[in-house]
Amino acid sequence: MMEFETVQLSTDLLIVGGGMASCGAAYEASYWAKKNNIKVLLVDKAAMDRSGAVAMGLSAINTYIGLDINENTPEDFVKYVRNDQMGTIREDLVYDIGRHVDSSVHLFEKWGLPIWKDEKGNYQRAGRWQIMINGESYKVIVAEATKNALGMENIIERLFIVKLLLDAKQPNRIAGAVGFSVRENKVYFIKAKAIMLGCGGAVHIFRPRSVGEGLGRTWYPPWNAGSNYAMMLQVGAEMAQMESRFIPTRFKDGYGPVGAWFLFFKSRATNAFGEDYLATRADAVKPWAPYASAKPLPTPLRNHQMMLECMEGKGPVYMRTEEAIANLAAKYKDDPKAYKKKMKELESEAWEDFLDMTISQALLWAGQNIMPEERMSEIMAAEPYFIGSHASHAGAWVSGPEDIAPPEYNWGYNRMTTVKGLFTAGDGVGCSAHKFSSGSHAEGRIAAKAACRFLVENPGDVTLDTSKFEEIKAEIIKPLTTFEEGKKYTVTKDITPKYIRPKMFLFRLNKIMDEYAGGTSMWYSTNKPSLEKGLELLEYLKEDSALLGAETLHELMRAWENYHRLWTSEVHMRHLMFREETRYPGYYYRADFPKLDEANWKVFTISKHDPATGQWSIRKLPVKSWINV
Amino acid sequence: MPSYVIDEKCDGCKGQDKTACMYICPNDLMVLDKEKMKGYNQEPEFCWECYSCVKICPQQAMDVRGYADFVPYGASVVPLRGSDDIMWTVKFRNGALKRFKFPIRTTAEGKAVPEGGFNEGKGDLKSMELWTEPASLGIAALPTTKK
Repeated sequence: MMEFETVQLSTDLLIVGGGMASCGAAYEASYWAKKNNIKVLLVDKAAMDRSGAVAMGLSAINTYIGLDINENTPEDFVKYVRNDQMGTIREDLVYDIGRHVDSSVHLFEKWGLPIWKDEKGNYQRAGRWQIMINGESYKVIVAEATKNALGMENIIERLFIVKLLLDAKQPNRIAGAVGFSVRENKVYFIKAKAIMLGCGGAVHIFRPRSVGEGLGRTWYPPWNAGSNYAMMLQVGAEMAQMESRFIPTRFKDGYGPVGAWFLFFKSRATNAFGEDYLATRADAVKPWAPYASAKPLPTPLRNHQMMLECMEGKGPVYMRTEEAIANLAAKYKDDPKAYKKKMKELESEAWEDFLDMTISQALLWAGQNIMPEERMSEIMAAEPYFIGSHASHAGAWVSGPEDIAPPEYNWGYNRMTTVKGLFTAGDGVGCSAHKFSSGSHAEGRIAAKAACRFLVENPGDVTLDTSKFEEIKAEIIKPLTTFEEGKKYTVTKDITPKYIRPKMFLFRLNKIMDEYAGGTSMWYSTNKPSLEKGLELLEYLKEDSALLGAETLHELMRAWENYHRLWTSEVHMRHLMFREETRYPGYYYRADFPKLDEANWKVFTISKHDPATGQWSIRKLPVKSWINV
Repeated sequence: MPSYVIDEKCDGCKGQDKTACMYICPNDLMVLDKEKMKGYNQEPEFCWECYSCVKICPQQAMDVRGYADFVPYGASVVPLRGSDDIMWTVKFRNGALKRFKFPIRTTAEGKAVPEGGFNEGKGDLKSMELWTEPASLGIAALPTTKK
């Protein structure tokens, strides 16, 4: 058996993760920490320059309010997000993003991010909330400013935190975290008086449409393993709206972005017979009034219209790139030189959109000889994802800003979960959609400042039960031990009753979720008996998780990621079962409750796993709406 | 394959403790075969094709072959990333070639100044204002609304 060193560290504020929210948190914490003598440590599963969802870059910043030139107000933003998410958002949290997000965007520009400008010198809008960027190095630049602010001596890379630790003496109080290096035989126990958890969303919960080499070509990055949700649940933090999955409609298979095509290039999407289904299916969304009558039409309802086309055999569905480019170039058609120049410019903008953030889609277009000015390109609804920062809002139930949040939404510190001292941001926060990269960065800053205030106002120490360290360490490296012992039993190491390798564990999980919880093979439809069956099968998988076997540190990482995915799957199914209506068609359908039920279900669903008893509970809380109503 | 390493170009980053691709891969996919002194992708079906390894490789020894389960063969997308821009060469299956160049940053590498030239705020831990606010918002005061 490999020997593992035990490393013990102690800090005041621990930031877990290195993506946009965690970079925002580390940036902001560095300032308040110096003023208040607070020690900050950030740990990242990867290398910060290219960790998180912005690793590849982005071609747009999707949340920018334009406060300085009165383009929009935070109230406008609340109104937009509330309708897009079919009513179930926390207005205090969304408003808070709206009032801070521009500050992060202005910093990005100063740090070196190229942002497109219009003829007046303002940021070039793609849509009402979106601005265009040359974003290949977006994450590199944000990481650089973070490192310059916090100092590399306060950052550990390639350290995967897998469990949070509660205080040994005070109830419901966070006290630390434990994880392992994915490169060296070291298990880390980190004592922390406050934690900002920024581990992104969840991918590979559901079976993706591509399952060969293309397994990794998910829309959101494959390293987002639901660690945020699982670790918060395990220490008893309440989770909200975990039924709120996201189904991105994207260019088929490569998952290239469609936002710029719809908003910037003004493209239409049509079915295989040239019909504009957004128009022909206008009546299909009417049962979802009042949300269906607002402009823009909510994301789930637009998905719903497209799914109806596919289910009724009118696909493939196409983005009409050739038509959009022709329309944009039309006004130059009498001047051949100007026309040629415009076409060249549009072509370059179209390719940059993919090359800055989804290079695979460019490679797929090249492989299929698709030139967007000549041929239209297929779009398709993808498998479900969990992401609190995009057009969905699963995540932790957190305290809101004290100047805005009503008493039922405030229990102390901004973005603190229901566990004392545990904060989260970005994909980790529930009921607050449409933050995207910029809003996640801003939210990390909000959370970290609040965490610093928490530390100053709660100066007492925390206690870890060190007597349990050996037991926890053994639990963390158990998949390695299981593999080492089990492999002797059979001639080949792959097929044995002694262990289950992480990849097969993942496939089993993906199959359960896809077939019982409304994945792509079921056209996103489920019902109570299916969910009950799915939970039964998940219970067997949970038992078998004790048999996870790993040959290397890399595979140990996969084992723990899949364990986090298991928890995310369970909480999702429990929420799907609890909400007896179909509020988000186009994301999922409760076939046994196919309609919107405003009277009974205009509520937040809030669940909790009690770490002491292992019992789950789930409750409703009416949604409060007071901004711009 | 997704990302792959060209045998004759890879020098294993000349025996340093880790190769550039190992350093950067967000999904911990790249490893060094210490006998051959060559890097390789240990889990190609979990590759996101983010090209971080291709962009960072000092030998230009890395490339990406589209996912074999849906990308027809014969195409390539090759970046050449400099200090302030990136050039892409897109080769189509039918042989057509396109080249694009885009800016990537406006400041010198390593020189991102955290405050960004914005004045710090009041430094009040209890207020809702962040480090550089309200200056970095571009307005006089942080907005608020009724409860």
